[in-house]
Amino acid sequence: MITAIRAHNLTRYFANFLAVDHLTFEVAAGQVLGYLGPNGSGKTTTIRMLLGLLHPSEGEAQVLGYDVVSQSELVRSQTGYMSQKFALYNELTIWENLAFYAGMYGVRDTRQISAILESLGLGAIKMQKAQNLSAGWRQRLALATAIVHRPRLLFLDEPTSGVDPTARRSFWDLIYELSTQGITIMVTTHYMDEAEYCSVIGIMRAGKLQALDEPGHLKASIPGQVWEIYVEPLLPALEAVEGLPGIVHATLASDHLRVITRLKSVPERLSSELSSKKMQVQKILPGEATIEDVFIAMQ
Amino acid sequence: MFASSSEPPTCAPTGQAIHLTGLSKKFGSVQALEGVSLEVADGEIYGLVGPDGAGKTTLIRLACGVLKPDAGSVSLCGFLMAQDTEQARAQVGYLAQRFAIYEDMTVMENLRFFAEVRGLKADYWKARARQLLDFVGLAEFTSRRAGQLSGGMKQKLGLALALISQPRVLLLDEPTTGVDPATRLDFWRVIIHLVNQENLAVLVSTPYMDEAARCTRIGFLRNGRLIREGKPRELRNLLSGKILELAGEPLPLLIQLSKANQAVENAQRFGNSVHLRVREGKTEETAQQLQEAIHHAGGTVTRLQTIEAQLEDVFIALAEEMG
Repeated sequence: MITAIRAHNLTRYFANFLAVDHLTFEVAAGQVLGYLGPNGSGKTTTIRMLLGLLHPSEGEAQVLGYDVVSQSELVRSQTGYMSQKFALYNELTIWENLAFYAGMYGVRDTRQISAILESLGLGAIKMQKAQNLSAGWRQRLALATAIVHRPRLLFLDEPTSGVDPTARRSFWDLIYELSTQGITIMVTTHYMDEAEYCSVIGIMRAGKLQALDEPGHLKASIPGQVWEIYVEPLLPALEAVEGLPGIVHATLASDHLRVITRLKSVPERLSSELSSKKMQVQKILPGEATIEDVFIAMQ
Repeated sequence: MFASSSEPPTCAPTGQAIHLTGLSKKFGSVQALEGVSLEVADGEIYGLVGPDGAGKTTLIRLACGVLKPDAGSVSLCGFLMAQDTEQARAQVGYLAQRFAIYEDMTVMENLRFFAEVRGLKADYWKARARQLLDFVGLAEFTSRRAGQLSGGMKQKLGLALALISQPRVLLLDEPTTGVDPATRLDFWRVIIHLVNQENLAVLVSTPYMDEAARCTRIGFLRNGRLIREGKPRELRNLLSGKILELAGEPLPLLIQLSKANQAVENAQRFGNSVHLRVREGKTEETAQQLQEAIHHAGGTVTRLQTIEAQLEDVFIALAEEMG
């Protein structure tokens, strides 16, 4: 198996603040790695170090076999980066925007630019100005600028922020298409449902990599158990459950409660506590864990 | 925490805090909304979903009275927005995606400003402000400048400002867009507790299907019309038995053969598997055909089964439906 990213004790301080704390991990070529975590947990700092834009305080990393410090130009020539706040030139057309970015990477071949536009479905509207595009099309154009030099590794930092579910799904079709061509992808997202689309998920918290595994394995090995509790009245029951020992998290799921317990069995206290408060427990069913549940249970 | 009497406050006598009837709105030549009616009862959280440009923000702006409808009416706790404007507006707390807080004023100064604009007396708003700050977790930060708060804290301050006048109706326009999952969870915890404590009616638009799944009911807007409404469970049941999960090797082949099958309406890769939406009543037949086609082409199938539809599947299906 070819390794696209290899990090060993990768660490970054900002003054006394430990932003990224000794990350050691590997990502095989062709994977789609979902990189999750709250704001400030070190996701963007990791990506910037892997791009060679920021030097590690300790540790090291190789991207596509190149050292991110001593060979950072080689790293960047073969990686693409779509930032959260991507820059497009509003007064330029789609074609002109892409030609501009292509030039920065030394790509002069107009056939390559055309091919990228066609592959992202932008060919028919290439003469439109960027300012007239919807959020979904702008996002595609930003992706085009990140892949115009045909990189082998692509970093996407919250690429789907602010677009609707249909546009997000079609964006993911493009991600999979690139992945099928052998491009490794590392993507951060705030959408937990998108995490399930990834082949591997890394969960960051306070600068540490808490887990790195396939979505299925993460869900199967969740520390605890998910329960669907049907009880009336619902909201007072939620407040009662939240205070109990052994409850990791409790929330409303429309017409029932979704509760994560520390242990695998239903806590005795749960039913008895609800009954003692004269609440009608209709049923308690084991629930299937989602990536969001894993994220919560790891707190 | 907030209740002074044993009975939760209600919008008596109807109990329908939000009552929107036949709302239409045109911007230039664009029909943003057309004949939308919906009701939200006390204690209900109503989620508004739909593609970008479907009219979610317009609907919320009409509901809070910042826009006037071309046709139809808005009634809040029995007060008609068009006639009893002052009373109707007094029922509303409104938090937009981009909301105004004064960054150079402290947390408490912001609350004071909003309270005084609302015409609240000091003895009332001071107590209310303390309750709200406790509730949203900003009690320790009353003298911090709003500009110095983190994104999540700013948003909670925005919520406290919207709630200072103890509204009966809370209107939230994509309040959590771009917010990280931990902060989103925290925000929803506060909203749900508020609904429990104050029996508010909440109308919230969201692009997150996991948030929609928490709501009592969901309305799906498309091209300015409310095309479907129901509990999350009812909406998922629209696709009952129609979603197949397919896993095996090689995935691109599986997807190609799925898309080639006439009965497959939609094939989406989902991590290491594919989710197929199959035409009504064709599920078993299609599963059989796919199994054979994949084996015939030299691929393998490790899993092929019906699964429960997710709200996202429903969203895509409704967004694709013609007309």
